[in-house]
Amino acid sequence: MFSIEHITHLIDAWLYGNLPPTLALLIECLIVGLAAITLFAVLGLVLVLMERKVSAHMQIRLGPNRVGPGGMFQTVADTLKLAMKEGLTPDGADKFLFNLAPYLVIVVSMMILAPVAFAKGVQLWDLNIGVLYVTAISSLSVIGILMAGWASNNKYSLLGAMRSGAQIVSYELSAGMSLISIVVLTGSLRISDIIASQQNGWWLFKGHIPAVISFAIFIIAVTAETNRAPFDLAEAESELTAGFHTEYSGMKFALFFLAEYVNIFIVCAIAATLFLGGWMPLHIGNWAGFNHVMDYIPSSIWFVGKVFSLIFLIMWFRWTFPRLRIDQLLRLEWKYLLPISMLNLLLMTLIAINGWHF
Amino acid sequence: MGSSSLIVLLLAGLAFSAGGIAVARLFVKGTRNPQKGQPYECGVPTEGSPWNQFNVGYYLYALIFLIFDVELIFLYPWAVVVKRVGMAALAEIIVFLFVLYMGFLYAHKKGALKWM
Repeated sequence: MFSIEHITHLIDAWLYGNLPPTLALLIECLIVGLAAITLFAVLGLVLVLMERKVSAHMQIRLGPNRVGPGGMFQTVADTLKLAMKEGLTPDGADKFLFNLAPYLVIVVSMMILAPVAFAKGVQLWDLNIGVLYVTAISSLSVIGILMAGWASNNKYSLLGAMRSGAQIVSYELSAGMSLISIVVLTGSLRISDIIASQQNGWWLFKGHIPAVISFAIFIIAVTAETNRAPFDLAEAESELTAGFHTEYSGMKFALFFLAEYVNIFIVCAIAATLFLGGWMPLHIGNWAGFNHVMDYIPSSIWFVGKVFSLIFLIMWFRWTFPRLRIDQLLRLEWKYLLPISMLNLLLMTLIAINGWHF
Repeated sequence: MGSSSLIVLLLAGLAFSAGGIAVARLFVKGTRNPQKGQPYECGVPTEGSPWNQFNVGYYLYALIFLIFDVELIFLYPWAVVVKRVGMAALAEIIVFLFVLYMGFLYAHKKGALKWM
């Protein structure tokens, strides 16, 4: 049977068998880099189309349906159009920071991919502090947003960036607490250990009510961290035109847009890894027959399926809840989510120490 | 792949964004016009510079965030070993969180979390 793991192993074995090690490493780096770039491009195209299709069907419309079969190439056409547009830098802007910001945002979301396990055995770097690495790198993206908003010499941009900064740093706390509550259960920060510990069931089901609470808090927090509705105050189009990327045009705007969608993919991948078992098929305790049937579905399909279900959930939020005001948003985090997630962490610790989880 | 993947991903990110911007620059023939460099504030001429005072509330939230973020870093090593250490670790973290939360309640009482 062909799986991604087999293909990567075959390429690896062939490279190191037939070529000198330095050359093999270089070629491997090149392949990985190209694969990461391709993943970015494909994710951008698929997610933007998915967003438009999902929102269209929620409003009983058809959505894009002219370019290609079922509107499949709409995003490609949009990207080509953006590539034809002039990338302006406003006169009063801080030119260096203004042009640096899109690079920073893209590089940060590219670097979070390192510990993500895409399928069984397909992971760039299984480092022993995987969860900490993800939280550390993902908190850098707020610097790119603040940089873009501040350098634009535009009041809307500055306000959008400030709101975004306050929002992202606030919700990072409860997202981190939810991640820690799973780390308490597994006793390891390594992504492969966390996935392996879900061999007999996902943590969402094994960890009783606290796991469900921390999953809900995590989903709310990452919706806020990726600036998605109902927490899209940073780019509230009715009050701030477009928030921190008002002044960006052409390809630089496209990069911000792409980074936003890739970030949604990444946070959903993290949620799927910690709470829903990553590439691990749905296993229930010791039902050997059931587990065996589930193993027939390839691990990459499990991973992609889980991630896209979560992305669909986040897109669903957008058409369900009205946008919050900035003080309501901060009150929700500091007065409700943070105390709840702290108490939840203590409860989870009690369960983990006494071995009450399944 | 190991730690070299970090450098590869960094370079891939730079190449991706630089490539996109370079391709756009190849296609585009820009025209100059004094109106184009103006900040876009919905057609209304800009009043003053945006780089001046803004609401202090954002700054207060950032300060409180800093306290809790450092706390979060302390929680990571604790979370890895808590299962092995047992109830003593739970008791210690309750004291730690209690002290921090008292500080948070003090800030709250002083009105640091009130918007405007």
